[in-house]
Amino acid sequence: MSVTKLSADVAASRAVRGRRAKVTPLRVLIGALLTALAVVVLYPLLWMAISGFKTNAELFGDAWGLPAQWRFSNYVQAWDYGVVHYIVNSLIVTVGSILLVTLVSSFAAFALVQVRIPLGQPMLMLILGGLMLSETVALVPLFRILRSLDLYNTLIGIIILYTAFRIPFTTFLIRAYMIDLPTELRDAAIVDGASLWQMFWRVTLPLCYPILISAAILQALFSWNEFVFALVFIKDDALKTMPVGLMALQSKLTTNWPVVFAGLTISAIPMVLAFLFGQRHFVRGITEGLGK
Amino acid sequence: MKRQLARRSVGYLWILPALVLLLVFVYYPIVENFRLSLYSWNAFRPVPKFVGLNNYNRVFADPVFWTAIVNNIWYAVVSVAFQVGIALVLAALLEGVVAPRLRGFLRTVYFIPATISITIVGLLFRIIYQPEGLLNAFLGLFGVESTRAWLGEQETAIGSVIAMSQWQNLGYTTMLFVVAIQRIPKEYYEAALVDGAGAVRTFFSVTVPLVREMTTLLMIVTISGAFLVFNEIMATTQGGPNNSSQVLGTWLYQSAFKNDDMGYATVVAVVIFVFTFTAAMLQLAYSRLRRVEQ
Repeated sequence: MSVTKLSADVAASRAVRGRRAKVTPLRVLIGALLTALAVVVLYPLLWMAISGFKTNAELFGDAWGLPAQWRFSNYVQAWDYGVVHYIVNSLIVTVGSILLVTLVSSFAAFALVQVRIPLGQPMLMLILGGLMLSETVALVPLFRILRSLDLYNTLIGIIILYTAFRIPFTTFLIRAYMIDLPTELRDAAIVDGASLWQMFWRVTLPLCYPILISAAILQALFSWNEFVFALVFIKDDALKTMPVGLMALQSKLTTNWPVVFAGLTISAIPMVLAFLFGQRHFVRGITEGLGK
Repeated sequence: MKRQLARRSVGYLWILPALVLLLVFVYYPIVENFRLSLYSWNAFRPVPKFVGLNNYNRVFADPVFWTAIVNNIWYAVVSVAFQVGIALVLAALLEGVVAPRLRGFLRTVYFIPATISITIVGLLFRIIYQPEGLLNAFLGLFGVESTRAWLGEQETAIGSVIAMSQWQNLGYTTMLFVVAIQRIPKEYYEAALVDGAGAVRTFFSVTVPLVREMTTLLMIVTISGAFLVFNEIMATTQGGPNNSSQVLGTWLYQSAFKNDDMGYATVVAVVIFVFTFTAAMLQLAYSRLRRVEQ
């Protein structure tokens, strides 16, 4: 499904619906209800950010009120407590696994689609079969494996796991796109005597750019929020990623909730901003993500 | 011919990294999990000892395990109702009723919680659900005096976590339904209009059948997700109070890494595998079916 066609559909359907749009009491009521829902969705987040400026007494004594004095020091304190380390670790595993998973999966899709290796169909089944397996099921054996490979309590180990478990899905995504690529460029490259290596980097990969963006966004959403592996396979506080680190922050601060809220707000901001600025890509990514 | 096959065999170098990673870190552990479920070991006895089906017997006789399964099923039922049923109605209202300017804004707002890490949402709701928290303050506005500790009481703990999860995920599936509705050719709506069908009729005779594909997919994804729930519980109740909000994922984690009962945990993993594998097979069968229909 191409994006241009989609947006044309959107424009057309808007034109149709626009024509019959009349202002009736029912419409106004529905609009009001949907806006109320937006408030229910947004208010807790706003409340979290505002509570980050309060004192404990204000937070629990006057849930609705604004802070008498806006304590920016809470945010500074949360930052100093290591929130920034958690975010940096999350960035490392997110960027690392995005690079690794898109590269390895593009290689695999290239072998299946363009090189057409012998026994391609069984190989494809072997890779896609991984879609049916979940992280939790592998947890206990992985604990033993990571220890014996010296990957326990390392960010590299986490990056490898985030890659391995997402290869089936990412290969599926990229392969489907590669199949639809025009063959003329590939044929021209073969006639010119280009090696497979040159063909991959100069012809195939650049053409796959749109799907690589979608794959990267889906991988980012996954690894930024992943919790099970990060909880079980990282022990040192200095190596914790954001989802697990925030739990640690909360137990370090125990009752100082405003500082915890400040930390939560800081941690939420990067992804919310990424979404607000790249909404089009997000929506395309998650739609592709459901498969065709 | 021979040269060509040689060239194609070299292609295996390209697929090798993916295969190695998959076999070592995905396939092998899951096969190993089945084998280990017949053994018993822990930190003090690191060499697994064969115990046959003993672990299975212990798990199936444990009331906490059944509490966990029931909680997972509740999670699935409520999530399907909200993230499939209500999300579809919401998407149809957004696309059909709301003025275009407001429509885009609402869609964006509804989606925002889905971009926020579950840990953040969980810690936030721990306070919202406290006796002196936001929820009780909100109820107070309507004259309902409540001092309930929503996450701290057995009757409400799991329900409160499930409710939080709906708050977080409703906008995500609504967005997917919006995309599906936008892909419906406009002629169908024009025809319904010409036939004099009202909004409700149009919804049931045009929108619902034409987004059926998305509905089925989301249902399977949502059910499968409900059996993998973990982070939501860990960030809020951690299975408490008194194991009342345990789900399979958290019970596995606690058995393995808190109770140091590895054999027991691998059996819970086998149960999770059965549920999620079935959901995946259904999804696969469904997409095959669809390909045949087209």
